[in-house]
Amino acid sequence: MCLAIPGRIIEIPPDSQDSALVEVVGVRRKIDLGLLQDDPPVSGDWVLIHVGFAMSKISEQDAADQMSTLRMLGEIDGAMQEVQGYGVEGEKEDVSDAGTYESEMPGVKVN
Amino acid sequence: MPATAIPESAPIRFRDPQIEMAHGAGGKASRKLVEGLFAPLLFGAAPGPLGDAAHVDMNGTKVAITTDAFVVSPLRFPGGSIGELAVNGTVNDLAVSGARAEALVVSYVLEAGTPTPILEAEIRAMAKAARDAGVRIVAGDTKVVEHGKADQMYITATGIGRPLPGVALDPGSVRVGDRILLSGPIGDHGITILLARGELDFEADLRSDTRPVLPLVEALVRAAGPGIRWMRDPTRGGAATSLNELARDCGLGMVLFEDQIPIRDTVRGACELLGLDPLHIANEGQFLAVVSPEYADAAMNALSLAPGGSEAQVIGEVREQPAGTVLVTTRYGGSRIVDMLVGDPLPRIC
Amino acid sequence: MRFVDEFREPQLISKTAEEIRRIAGTERHYRMMEVCGGHTHAIYRFGLKDILPENIELIHGPGCPVCVLPMGRIDDGLSIAQDPDVIFAAFGDMMRVPGTQGSPLEHKARGMDVRIVYSPSDALKLARLNPHKHVMFFAIGFETTAPSTALTMMRAKAEGIRNFSVFCNHVTIIPAIRAILDSPDMRLDAFIGPGHVSTVIGCRPYEWIAKNERKPIVVSGFEPLDMLQSIVMLLRQLKAGEAKVENQYKRVVPWEGNLAALKAMSEVFQLRPYFEWRGLGFISQSALSVNHKYAEFDAEQRFSVPGIRVTDPMAAQCGEVLKGVLKPHQCKLFGRECTPEHPIGALMVSSEGSCAAYHNYEHRKAAMVSLSSIA
Repeated sequence: MCLAIPGRIIEIPPDSQDSALVEVVGVRRKIDLGLLQDDPPVSGDWVLIHVGFAMSKISEQDAADQMSTLRMLGEIDGAMQEVQGYGVEGEKEDVSDAGTYESEMPGVKVN
Repeated sequence: MPATAIPESAPIRFRDPQIEMAHGAGGKASRKLVEGLFAPLLFGAAPGPLGDAAHVDMNGTKVAITTDAFVVSPLRFPGGSIGELAVNGTVNDLAVSGARAEALVVSYVLEAGTPTPILEAEIRAMAKAARDAGVRIVAGDTKVVEHGKADQMYITATGIGRPLPGVALDPGSVRVGDRILLSGPIGDHGITILLARGELDFEADLRSDTRPVLPLVEALVRAAGPGIRWMRDPTRGGAATSLNELARDCGLGMVLFEDQIPIRDTVRGACELLGLDPLHIANEGQFLAVVSPEYADAAMNALSLAPGGSEAQVIGEVREQPAGTVLVTTRYGGSRIVDMLVGDPLPRIC
Repeated sequence: MRFVDEFREPQLISKTAEEIRRIAGTERHYRMMEVCGGHTHAIYRFGLKDILPENIELIHGPGCPVCVLPMGRIDDGLSIAQDPDVIFAAFGDMMRVPGTQGSPLEHKARGMDVRIVYSPSDALKLARLNPHKHVMFFAIGFETTAPSTALTMMRAKAEGIRNFSVFCNHVTIIPAIRAILDSPDMRLDAFIGPGHVSTVIGCRPYEWIAKNERKPIVVSGFEPLDMLQSIVMLLRQLKAGEAKVENQYKRVVPWEGNLAALKAMSEVFQLRPYFEWRGLGFISQSALSVNHKYAEFDAEQRFSVPGIRVTDPMAAQCGEVLKGVLKPHQCKLFGRECTPEHPIGALMVSSEGSCAAYHNYEHRKAAMVSLSSIA
C-alpha cells in the first residue's frame, strides 16, 4: 500500500542478525530484518524497505525478465497480426538496445 | 528629505485563531499570514508583489534593504551553521533583488545556559562567511532570554546594499517564452537539516549548499542584465513555492521539464524514501532566474563558466497555460501540477 | 536508482502506452479500480492519466489507511496524549489529519509532545530514551505495515519495556474490496491490485475476486512501467473474457506472501469483530486490535478512551468518494470549504487521498488549454 523503496544491504553487524545497514542512493539507515528471518538476506542483496523494515528480497532475475517482457511489448502482438494477415503496421520504435531475445511465438522472428 | 507616503492600514484577511508551524514553513500558510495580516496593516491596501528585499529611494539614491531571521536547529550541520546561513541568506536576498550587499547588522537572541564555545563558534562562522562574501558586519545587538527559549540562539540579520546597474526586476515583465534558469541542484540544504535533526535516523553524505550567490548573480547580470525579469532564492517552501508565487504574480504558467531539474542522487533517494518532493525542499545556495529568450544563451554561458555555476540548468519556460500554475512535465508525456508547499514537508510512509 | 529508474524509462513508457491504446481500441469504455492509495499517488505523480487513452477510466479505491480512519479514532489517540507524561508518536502522514479539536500538529502547537517517526522501531527507541515518559505509537496502515508494528511489540515485550504502547488502527484490505464490490452503485471491470500489501498476504486472498466476482485483478508495482504493464495485462484478460489473479510485481511479491510477517501479526493481533471505516460504515472482521498476550502494550487497555463516534459533516461526501461512486470534484465541499489547507476530511490531507491528488492535479488542469503542445 504504502511507500516502500528498494535498498541494498551494505552491512550486517555480526552481533545482531536482525538488523542491517541499508543504502538507497547514498542514504543509509539501519533497518530491521525480522520479517525475513525465514530466508535472511546477505550483504549485497537488494530488499524492499517499508517503515524501517525489510519486507521482501528483490529478485534481480524477475526484474530482468520483466524488462525483457516490456521490451517485447508490441513486437509480439504486431508479429501475431502479421501472421494473421491484418497487415497492421508494426512497431516503428527502434529497440536496438534490447539485444536478442526469444520470441514467445515459435517460428516468428522478432528483431 | 521628502517623506515617502506612509500608507493607511487596510482591513486584515487572516482568520486563523493561532499561529502554527506551517505559518513559518514558507508555503501557502506563510503567504496567507503575510498577505492577510502583515501586508494590510503595514503596507496598506495595494502593496503590489511582495518580495524579500526592497529598494528604497533615499533622496535620489536607491538603497536595497532586507532582513531575515535564522532559527535553524541544529545550529551546526554538514556544510555550515547558523552563523553562516545568516550572512549568506541575507546577501542572497539582496542579490536576487538585484543588489550587491554592502553591510550587515546582526542581532542575537541567546538562551541562558548556552555554553560560550557554542556562541563563539557561530560568531567566528559569521565573521568568516562575511569575509568570504565580501560584506562588512557593522553593528549588532544581543539579548538573552530564559533557559528553555530561543533554542540556544536565534539570529536576525539585516543587510543593505547597492542596486546592480543594468537590471530591473519585475514579475510583471515576465513574458511567454521566457526561460526559467536554476543555478544548481536543489534539495541539499533541507534534506541535510532533516537528517541532521536525527529524529529519522538516516545518514547520508550530504551537505548544506549554503553559499553567497552574489558572484553568480553578478556574472548573470553582466552577461544578460537587460533580459533578466525576475530572480528568487528558493529557501523555505522550495523552488515550487517561489515559482508558484511568480506564476500568481504574473498570471502565466511555469512549465518545468522534470529531466532537466538538477537534483543530486542522494537527495533524490532521500526524497523517495521519505515521500518528499525535492521541489518543496529549502535551499540556501541556489537561485532561480527568469530570462528572456534573447538573453538565455548568454545567461547560461555566463553562469556555467562562473565559479560554482557549473551545474546551472535551464529547467523550464514560461507559457500562457496553465495560467498561474507550475506544471512539471516528463519526457514520456505525463505531467503534474506542483502546488505551493502546504504545511511542513512531512515524511510520508504511505 | 536501481530497481526504480529502469521502470521509469521514457521510451518504454511510451511504447507500453501505445500498446495500451492498441489493445483498448476505442469502442469499449474500461473502468479499472486501483485499490491502493500508493497507486493513486503514483498515477498523479507520474502523470499517467495523460498517457492513457480516454476510454480507460481509473477509479480510486479506499486503500488509504489514513483516509478511512474515522475522526473519532484520532480524537481518542490524542486524548491519551493529553497526559503530559505521554509522547504521541506517529508517521508523518498522520500529522495534519483533523480531529474534532485539531490535528496532531495543531495539538503540538498547543504544547502536546508530538513526534514524527519513520518507523515503529523509532517509537520504541523513543521509549528507551525517555524512561520517565510513556510513548504511545499511533499505528495505522494495512497489512503492509501491521507486521512491523507487531514485530516492534514483540521486541518491546522481549526487552521488558514498560513505557511503550500502541494505539492500533491497522485495517485489512480484503473486506474493503468486498465492500466496494457489494456496493450497488459500483460498476467495475477490473482491479489493479495492491502491491505492497501483497508482499505480506500474497496473491491467494484475491482469488475470490476472479472466481466469484469474475473480475480480473493484477497485483501491481508502483513505478510507471509497472502500472502500465498491469493495465496491459488487465486489458488482455478482458479482451479474452478471462478473470484471473496475476502477479505483475513478481520481483517483490511472492505468491504465497511472507509467512514470518503473517506469523508476527497473528502473534500480536486479533481481528476486531467490526470496525468503522470512514465512508464505508461498519465492516466486520476488517481491522486489528492487540490480543491479550500483548495487553500491556495496547494503549486502549492501558488508558481509557472516550470512544465517541464522530460523524463527518453532513455535507462532506468522503464515503462516496472513497467508494469511487463520486469523483472528488463532485463532493459539494470540494475546493470550497474543503481544501488541502483547510481539510474537512482526511482524503484532502493525506497525499494518497484522492481529493488532495485531484485538487492539485485535475482540478486546475480542467481549465487548461490543450496540453499536446507540451513534451
